[in-house]
Amino acid sequence: MDLIVDALSVKLGKRIVLHDASAHLRPGRVTAILGPNGAGKSTLVKAAAALVGRAGGCVRLDAQDVATMDPRVRARAIGYLPQDATVHWNIVARDVVALGRLPHLGPHAAPSPADRAAVDRAMHDTETTHLADRPVGELSGGERARVLLARVFAGEPRWLLADEPLASLDPAHQIDLLARLRTYAAGGAGVAIVLHDLVQAQRAADDALLIAEGRVVAFGPVAEVMTADTLARVFGVRVAPLDDVSGLGEGGGTRRLLVPVGRIDLA
Amino acid sequence: MSRPLKLAALLLLVVVLFGLSLGCGKVWVPLGAWFSSDPRWWIILELRLPRAVLGLALGATLGLSGAVLQGYLRNPLADPAVVGVSSVAALGAVAAIIFGIGSGFAIFVAAMLGAGGAVAMLAALTWRSPSAITFILAGTVLASLAGALTAFLISIAPNPYAVAEVIDWIMGALTDRGWDDLALALPPMLVGAVLLLLTGRALDALSLGEAAARSLGIRMGRVRWQVVLGTGLVVGAGVAVTGVIGFVGLVVPHLLRPIFGHRPSDVLLPSALGGAALVLAADSLVRLAPGAGEVRLGVAMALIGAPFFLGVLIRERGRAWI
Repeated sequence: MDLIVDALSVKLGKRIVLHDASAHLRPGRVTAILGPNGAGKSTLVKAAAALVGRAGGCVRLDAQDVATMDPRVRARAIGYLPQDATVHWNIVARDVVALGRLPHLGPHAAPSPADRAAVDRAMHDTETTHLADRPVGELSGGERARVLLARVFAGEPRWLLADEPLASLDPAHQIDLLARLRTYAAGGAGVAIVLHDLVQAQRAADDALLIAEGRVVAFGPVAEVMTADTLARVFGVRVAPLDDVSGLGEGGGTRRLLVPVGRIDLA
Repeated sequence: MSRPLKLAALLLLVVVLFGLSLGCGKVWVPLGAWFSSDPRWWIILELRLPRAVLGLALGATLGLSGAVLQGYLRNPLADPAVVGVSSVAALGAVAAIIFGIGSGFAIFVAAMLGAGGAVAMLAALTWRSPSAITFILAGTVLASLAGALTAFLISIAPNPYAVAEVIDWIMGALTDRGWDDLALALPPMLVGAVLLLLTGRALDALSLGEAAARSLGIRMGRVRWQVVLGTGLVVGAGVAVTGVIGFVGLVVPHLLRPIFGHRPSDVLLPSALGGAALVLAADSLVRLAPGAGEVRLGVAMALIGAPFFLGVLIRERGRAWI
């Protein structure tokens, strides 16, 4: 099931936030959505989850327009992890994860064994099983991020959209979380994440979608899109190559990453 | 202790307090006089039974509406009286009384329109901002504006008897309410309570924020109408019959969350039972005041509730959302 952004324009108030954006996202791959602050990344993800209205164009799952889908059907197909990682009440972790099953429950039906199994699986995959009975207010930032990710996994969506999931995580937890998203994509689902960290994006993503000032600048495989020239143009940063020789890269051998090291004066 | 057992214990407490509320007052009616030709049994049938049933219904709906408002606005300081919903309902009722369209039914409709309008306005004012400060400020503005308009209406009232009636009624009490008051109040309270109970799942989803709730397939528009209509019906009906009785919806969910858990849907039914218990207990106590009169229930609840509110504020001060 492909996620197709077709000539999408979004207005928030009077400001045009996205202008004629198009991209064809494929399942089984991790797509990083990158761009400077205020470029429209979050808006693109929200529009894909039909959370904001649009001024033109559309977002489709294969042939179906996400905006006209039944909300519960759409919720089963598209999981959305918001940037805001707060949980407003001190609910125990397992109940938070179980919220991800809401689109699968009948109007007043209790959770079925299949629902409970999905919650167990999601908590196992995110290594949060041992936190099940702890109130979320008592968890560390990294633990809470995993519980909230488990919430999205529990819904078993075919597309997972995450808005800056790495914010407030330390480097080790960032790497763990991206690895979990890669595993989820490897299972056949589509994953699109808004990222700020260019290095992590190169490490974890298959495709990159670069946005600047509401327009898609480049879209394609990471190695083709994230070049020194493009990064300089979009972000105004100078990059230096870093060879990761650990052998842990996806190719198994050496991998070249571009690391931002300074600013370029665009004038 | 499992949840059904805790609910059963709470229900037992309500039953005991209901019985106590029938028995106690200026005249004690011992159990031996119940169901007999003893004239004191008539006190129960004609005076105390309708009062106790009204107290039960009022407490249950106030507790429930407090729990729903707290869940919907994601704010533990929400309560129909604290945030001005009851004041606007009272303004509607006072307007109906003073402009002389004071048939029982017109007062009801005016109070319900006031309550529903106040919730809708609060939701619109505070929806984009999760901060408790915005929320309390909006509620305070609403309450003071409604208070000022109510005072204005009272001051231009053509008839001094109407003024006395309004001031007496606005303080809030269950005294001398009869079966005819109940017949008017119970239907909207029941309908409103059902609407409010239906919001449980949406409130759970809202604990992740509005965007996440919508991404889980929750129809926000429908939930908003359930909350506005449900609160309007129960608070409007309550205010129309008893005047303003505050703080029940604030106090009860707070006391019950440590027992029943913080998940919003888990607090709804217990808050209804707890609210009934609190109002029945308070209404029994106010009758025991020495002398011929009694303490007004609305005054008594404010005396209990305001210090409690302060305590919650102080305890929650360290949280990020304050």
